[in-house]
Amino acid sequence: MLRDITLGQYYQTESVIHRLDPRVKLSGTVIFIISLFLFDNFWGYLCAAVLLGTVIGLSRVPFKFMIKGMRSIMLLLMFTVIFNLFLTPGEVVVSFWKLQITKEGILVAVQMIIRLSMLIIGSSIMTLTTTPNNLTDGMEKGMRPLKLLRVPVHEIAMMMSIALRFIPILLEETDKIMKAQIARGADFESGNIFKKAKAMVPLLVPLFISAFRRANDLAMAMEARCYRGGEGRTKMKPLIYKKRDILAYLLLFTYLAGSITVGRILF
Amino acid sequence: MGIIKTENLVFEYIRRDEDGNVEGINRAVDEVTLDIKQGDFIAILGHNGSGKSTLAKHMNAILSPTEGTIWVDGRDTREESELWDIRHTAGMVFQNPDNQIIGQVVEEDVGFGPENMGIPTAEIWERVNESLRAVGMYEFRKYSPNKLSGGQKQRVSIAGVLAMHPKCIVLDEPTAMLDPNGRKEVVRAVRALNDVENVTVILITHYMEEIIHANKVFVMDEGKIAMEGTPKEIFSQVEKLKALRLDAPQATLLAYELQQRGIALPSGILSINELVEEIMKYQRTHR
Repeated sequence: MLRDITLGQYYQTESVIHRLDPRVKLSGTVIFIISLFLFDNFWGYLCAAVLLGTVIGLSRVPFKFMIKGMRSIMLLLMFTVIFNLFLTPGEVVVSFWKLQITKEGILVAVQMIIRLSMLIIGSSIMTLTTTPNNLTDGMEKGMRPLKLLRVPVHEIAMMMSIALRFIPILLEETDKIMKAQIARGADFESGNIFKKAKAMVPLLVPLFISAFRRANDLAMAMEARCYRGGEGRTKMKPLIYKKRDILAYLLLFTYLAGSITVGRILF
Repeated sequence: MGIIKTENLVFEYIRRDEDGNVEGINRAVDEVTLDIKQGDFIAILGHNGSGKSTLAKHMNAILSPTEGTIWVDGRDTREESELWDIRHTAGMVFQNPDNQIIGQVVEEDVGFGPENMGIPTAEIWERVNESLRAVGMYEFRKYSPNKLSGGQKQRVSIAGVLAMHPKCIVLDEPTAMLDPNGRKEVVRAVRALNDVENVTVILITHYMEEIIHANKVFVMDEGKIAMEGTPKEIFSQVEKLKALRLDAPQATLLAYELQQRGIALPSGILSINELVEEIMKYQRTHR
């Protein structure tokens, strides 16, 4: 049923990676992605692969769940590979008709495949091991310095967590309205894409109205419970760095320094 | 002065046309004066549009009176600086359970109020556990609110208010969207709060069965208080209730009909058990 949908793609299990502070995982992912784009030889990617392999092993999430994320970007990956393969100028290896495959092209294409697939797997490890709730908490606290630039960090995090809470409710409501409209003779199935889009109007209008009404009610309920923004608020589940988090940070920086030396400077 | 006191309270909804000109004025609450004692179980009754919800929203300073004054625990709700104190003195539970649960996990939702009040973490946990136990939802503390029934969600909402340690809880038709079982659950939880924790309860409803346990009942009509008294006093005036478009509980109605046919039963019978007893008594004396 709609009630049971899981948001994001959190994979419930017990592991060190699951228990890490979300801020560590967030910054780890960012550092990992940046490092991928810094390397200019394959030794750097080997370092990244070692790290990725270790984290995958530690996370105890079956590998096939990580590959799932790859499917959605397969098309994008193919495009980049093909364009890079044929359009990079350089030493010609194969040529037929008007197209040429160059040695540089092959190198760039292979690099692209490695980069993008590692990027996807790397970031899906984060979403697989962190609950959406935990993630918003981590973002709120991790992005706190941005407050100095007047970025409404607390408000953004609050909006995200409310959105997450209401997705299943609104899905259920969509289902209800859809059934009600079908009972009144609405047709959501037949016709071309324009007809289908038009048929969505009697679904979307009531949905929007109800969403606004809910928002109004919720705002009132929040105020009634003394909500007045992030100022002076305490946390029921505060994020506190533990030993393992500090260790993880140390490992991350060792990786960053090590892989850059190997991937850019040494070779 | 009681926990909640109003004096000539008036609230007007002003309808405006597109240009902002006043089109009409709706007097939702009209010269209401009442005084509620700490620890009481109060029921406010009335059909739709009688102004009972508007009155309730004044008790939490969500609405501010047009005329007259309302004091919550001695604080005038029009004082901007007292607003947050008022809101955690008089907690509020609303009608739709889905639209008042903020957290994605039951315990996090209950912790929302104390978090806003700036309570230290350790004490938040104490309050959350204690409130969830008080409404019998402790076993569900790790659940997602989406997986609970309506009655359970409403009990979570009550726990959420309770965790703010209010002196008074205002429940604005908390059972209107629930099935009979959910209604029973919620009413039981509310009664327990009043009996055990000695929290003042103000229950706004249009279900007659729910007001039987109240110390005092106010019946509202057209923004005014039309009747006031104990449930027995209210229900002994079946004619007047009918005129206000309200139904008495079935046992009361049956007793009333029997009285009309000349069977001398006392007025103000509230429960089926009471009715059965009275009829048996009548039979014994009239054999």
